[in-house]
Amino acid sequence: MSAGDTRRTEAPFGRRLATVDAAREVGSYRVMRLSDRGGPIPRPGQFYMLSAHDGWAGGSDGRPFLPRALSYMRHRPETDELEFLLEVVGPGTARLAELRAGERVWLTGPLGVGFEAPADEITPVLVGGGIGIVPLVAWHQQLRLNDRDPALLLGFRDASHAAAARLLGEAEMTITTDDGSLGDQGIVTAALARALAQQGRAAVYACGPPAMLDAVRGICARQGLDAQLALEAPMACGFGACFGCVVSTVAGYRRVCLDGPVFDAAVIADGALA
Amino acid sequence: MTVRFGGLELAHPIINASGTFDAIAAARAFGRAALYERFPFSAFVSKTVTLAHREGNSPPRLWELGEGMINSIGLPNRGLAGYLERDLPELSTLPVPLIVNVMGFAPDEFAALVEAFSARREVAAIELNVSCPNVESGLIVGADPRECSVLVGRLRTLTAKPLIVKLTPNAADVPAVAQAAEAAGADAVSLVNTLRGMALRPGCAEPWLGAKTGGVSGPAIHAIALAQVHEVAARVSIPIVGMGGVRSGRDAHRLLSAGATLVAVGTESFRDPQAGTRVRTELAALGA
Ligand SMILES: Cc1cc2nc3c(=O)[nH]c(=O)nc-3n(C[C@H](O)[C@H](O)[C@H](O)COP(=O)(O)OP(=O)(O)OC[C@H]3O[C@@H](n4cnc5c(N)ncnc54)[C@H](O)[C@@H]3O)c2cc1C
Ligand SMILES: Cc1cc2nc3c(=O)[nH]c(=O)nc-3n(C[C@H](O)[C@H](O)[C@H](O)COP(=O)(O)O)c2cc1C
Ligand code: FES
Repeated sequence: MSAGDTRRTEAPFGRRLATVDAAREVGSYRVMRLSDRGGPIPRPGQFYMLSAHDGWAGGSDGRPFLPRALSYMRHRPETDELEFLLEVVGPGTARLAELRAGERVWLTGPLGVGFEAPADEITPVLVGGGIGIVPLVAWHQQLRLNDRDPALLLGFRDASHAAAARLLGEAEMTITTDDGSLGDQGIVTAALARALAQQGRAAVYACGPPAMLDAVRGICARQGLDAQLALEAPMACGFGACFGCVVSTVAGYRRVCLDGPVFDAAVIADGALA
Repeated sequence: MTVRFGGLELAHPIINASGTFDAIAAARAFGRAALYERFPFSAFVSKTVTLAHREGNSPPRLWELGEGMINSIGLPNRGLAGYLERDLPELSTLPVPLIVNVMGFAPDEFAALVEAFSARREVAAIELNVSCPNVESGLIVGADPRECSVLVGRLRTLTAKPLIVKLTPNAADVPAVAQAAEAAGADAVSLVNTLRGMALRPGCAEPWLGAKTGGVSGPAIHAIALAQVHEVAARVSIPIVGMGGVRSGRDAHRLLSAGATLVAVGTESFRDPQAGTRVRTELAALGA
């Protein structure tokens, strides 16, 4: 067993059918709630592989064929429900975003390793970019349950995408948008640099586009702060079978689905997030 | 459903295709107890092991097709020494026989690999991945009957374990290579490996994959696999492991009907980690 496995809830072996309980728009994104009866309790940062039971392969080029990786946004243990947030970028996310209550999906997970909480005296600072807020919603909720007081910085393209920030409820947060249509105009990493200047000891948790993560990595490296990055990579399997999802680390290529998706920023090789 | 195959006695005819199921990774993701209790395959085939450690190709390594995918993974593995030290001890605890798949870039490398695994009790059989160039001759071993014959003949003298020659479909005359392998002492052949393919970066003329070209797998190649298994079966009398785009018991049944003794499930395991079990159950329901 590798050290990372203390941050993993093991998945039931195989894929299982789950039913869509509800789906709704939140700004430019779509929330999908699934009933995963008897499913395990995932750890924030873990993800699932999903495919629609029907009509998978309906895109113009006959895709999707493989399942799609999605971080879970919320898990409700009382009802065994999982919530996902979708950004439509291609045929797979488009098909998942079409699903209505009562329709079924194949689900495998939870997969990968999640975030690790910092020591008590260190403030968790959560930085999300766009759809990258998804694992941070789960992480924020868990930290709050454990009486931690995380700082939140979220960056979006525009106000319509920034509507997703309300998924974090009433939490205090800094919002930036590229076009200034909501919150501060600018990039979230500039806000991070400002926030860290006023913070005592901090540990940074980030998920978002590669350029954002690279900037977070740079800022934290210069300030000697620990950072955990939730990465994305194209995946075929999600459970370490194909070696398709690798990221370059100081120890060589590592599978994002198995050794990640959460990695310590310090192990990511220079240029890997370019 | 017990099957005899090259001296092995297997519980059923469904195994995994090399490089499409990592039992060590699956034990981490799903828990070892659950994986071992419901292990989907009657034998486990390792990903290709090379003499030296390999990092594999630079990403992107995957391209999705409507009915399959193209991969340019590039055979990442720990190398022989790392495999013996780290992987073999864990794989020897699997509930099924272990078949180690090896590839050398020169005959001496193949020989070193076969000798090393031949000496290990944990290894039930050795599969030779010959979809590679011999750096000394520049020829793809699996595409050239003579190259294949010389290589297999030499390796045959080094081991008493069953030798399975994994044929590449990217050859002018696959049955001739299969015949050469049989004549040189192979105990079985397996086919098909992936077919060479390519994808372009959306909206431009640049190749998408890090290695420029890759291997096509999945349902898109099933009909080709069926034809090749059928042709090879007509020319050799050693058993055949049929693979290529198997999604269901019906697909497996087709390959068995074409002359295969075992069927390997590859890409379908990515979509369904228990695909091996499903295929076997569906096959049994077909009365095969
Ligand atoms: C761990 C993890 C967690 C994630 N969490 C979320 C989440 O919570 N919410 C969310 O919305 N997304 C999430 N994603 C991203 C999501 O998995 C992808 O957006 C999705 O797989 C895209 O599939 P698609 O069919 O919609 O688009 P595709 O068209 O498959 O992919 C989009 C991109 O892939 C490339 N591409 C185009 N055609 C092909 C092809 N034929 N083969 C391969 N690549 C191609 C292009 O660069 C394209 O822009 C996550 C990813 C990972 C790895
Ligand atoms: C991601 C991936 C990795 C593979 N790696 C190997 C390998 O290491 N060695 C090998 O002999 N074949 C390898 N193969 C080929 C498969 O074993 C199999 O021959 C091929 O995929 C056809 O079967 P399928 O269509 O069921 O996948 C790989 C295939 C895929 C898709
Ligand atoms: S997605 Fe297959 S190994 Fe990570």
